[in-house]
Amino acid sequence: MPAIISVIDVSKTYASGFTALHGVDLDINEGEIFALLGPNGAGKTTLINIICGIVNASFGSVSVAGHDNVTEFRAARSAIGLVPQELTLDMFESVWATVNFSRGLFGKPKNHAYVEKILRQLSLWDKKDSRILSLSGGMKRRLLIAKALAHEPRILFLDEPTAGVDVELRRGMWDVISGMRADGVTIILTTHYIEEAELMADRVGVILKGGIVLVERKDELMRKLGRKMLVLDLQSPLVTLPAGLDAHNLVLSPDGKHLTYTFDTKSERTGITALLNDLRSAGVTFSDLRTEESSLEDIFVDLVKKAAQ
Amino acid sequence: MNIVAVRALFAFEMSRWRRTLMQSVISPVLSTSLYFVVFGAAIGSRISEVEGVSYGAFIVPGLIMMLILAQSTANASFGIYFPRFTGTIYEILSAPVSALEIVLGYVGAAATKSVILGLIVLVTASFFVEVRIAHPFWMLAFLLLTSIAFSLLGFIVGLWAEGFEKLQLIPLLIITPLSFLGGTFYSLNMLPPFWKTVTLLNPIVYLISGFRWSFYEISDVSVGVSLLMTLVFLLVCLAVIWLIFKTGYRLKA
Ligand SMILES: Nc1ncnc2c1ncn2[C@@H]1O[C@H](COP(=O)(O)OP(=O)(O)OP(=O)(O)O)[C@@H](O)[C@H]1O
Ligand SMILES: [Mg+2]
Repeated sequence: MPAIISVIDVSKTYASGFTALHGVDLDINEGEIFALLGPNGAGKTTLINIICGIVNASFGSVSVAGHDNVTEFRAARSAIGLVPQELTLDMFESVWATVNFSRGLFGKPKNHAYVEKILRQLSLWDKKDSRILSLSGGMKRRLLIAKALAHEPRILFLDEPTAGVDVELRRGMWDVISGMRADGVTIILTTHYIEEAELMADRVGVILKGGIVLVERKDELMRKLGRKMLVLDLQSPLVTLPAGLDAHNLVLSPDGKHLTYTFDTKSERTGITALLNDLRSAGVTFSDLRTEESSLEDIFVDLVKKAAQ
Repeated sequence: MNIVAVRALFAFEMSRWRRTLMQSVISPVLSTSLYFVVFGAAIGSRISEVEGVSYGAFIVPGLIMMLILAQSTANASFGIYFPRFTGTIYEILSAPVSALEIVLGYVGAAATKSVILGLIVLVTASFFVEVRIAHPFWMLAFLLLTSIAFSLLGFIVGLWAEGFEKLQLIPLLIITPLSFLGGTFYSLNMLPPFWKTVTLLNPIVYLISGFRWSFYEISDVSVGVSLLMTLVFLLVCLAVIWLIFKTGYRLKA
């Protein structure tokens, strides 16, 4: 897949002297959903704002759909729709007026049928004549998405699109985003709900303290870093681990009722068969067993912890 | 050139104006009318004529000019400051619009409002006094150029301001005093020589003088000089804005 966005060695030092990005390199593939994860203040919004032309990079360059985003800013920006992190809207405007304004700002001729379609998709159609200040927070968030889509962009940036949106609407939003991906729109999103990235993203990037520390296909990442746990519910509680099981790195729960065995999904031998044999020899019986997979969240927390050390 | 975007920005600004039609039209018209009642009646009864023009009619061009200066700066500065303040400027910065197009949209709208207000006040004035316009073309030209020039100035103020107080500062400290001393209410020939010289340092004198000439063919300074001053002011503002955008000052972090 060709890269639709190339970020090359971008650094940003704000006027305050704070360096928010250190030599970031990143390629976004056409048509993918890319999730950019990172703790508060990592530089996600800074990076997005540089790509979209809102913040000037101190160093490095960005090309969007083959156009440099400074020297050919018109072509570069025309391709992008941006949903900002903050709920920044003209409170006294109507929903209908503001979405049409966005379309005009990007130089597109009026197209009421298209604007109607987006508003319906985002469940805002019955609010079209309302003033923005009368909308709820979740509606405002969806209105920002409608504004970003108003000029039919090929690339959509969503800076925490689901912050403050309830569960049902969040599902609805995922559907809208999946629908856009199906239409061929490239989507870059940041989120603090990691299960959201796990569910939707094709690739995941992790940014820490202004540097990209990891970019990986999500399934690959899960496979590589993923660990599985085998949990055994014991028929009778144990006080200590029987001798002969030491080699297996088992963890006995404090109440003595569960044994947990952690294994790597990427290794050829998981050691499960040997473990079960040894358990039988030791006379340990169990009433139930289950496996648990580590989530992207665990992986992410792990990475952040490691970086902090 | 992204004409559609210029139109969108222009229409956005004009609709903001329409929403607050009460403040934006009624109040300047009312306050200007009050000037007529107070100054026209109080002073007009003592000074019946200035250089052959009745006092009430004499002050009309100056009053319109004062209104234009105040409204252009206020409108244009607020227009660009507000999106910076609320954060909605993100959309304009991320859109495929150039600095020139942004200026055209905002300054064009502010200047249009000023011209409309000026014409409304002119009509209002004609109910109170007999207004004669000797050179309609030049009258409109001065009206338009001054509106554009001071809308550009307002735009600069709106880019520079970091708070609502600063937004008021320039109009309050510079434009209001200078326009009151700009010869709206008197002819420079009525001043002692020293004060006449001092007054000539006030750029607004040239604007009002030229504008008044287009009405009654009387002026404190020659019309050519007035026109030149207006154009110079306009160019200086344009250059400053060009510089601001070139450096991204205050708009982009
Ligand atoms: N205009 C600015 N001037 C100075 N420093 C800034 C500015 N904007 C952001 N920063 C700093 O840059 C760093 C990165 O900020 P950024 O907004 O990119 O983080 P983020 O990853 O989006 O965080 P969050 O998850 O909280 O949205 C932060 O330390 C922030 O304080
Ligand atoms: Mg952010």
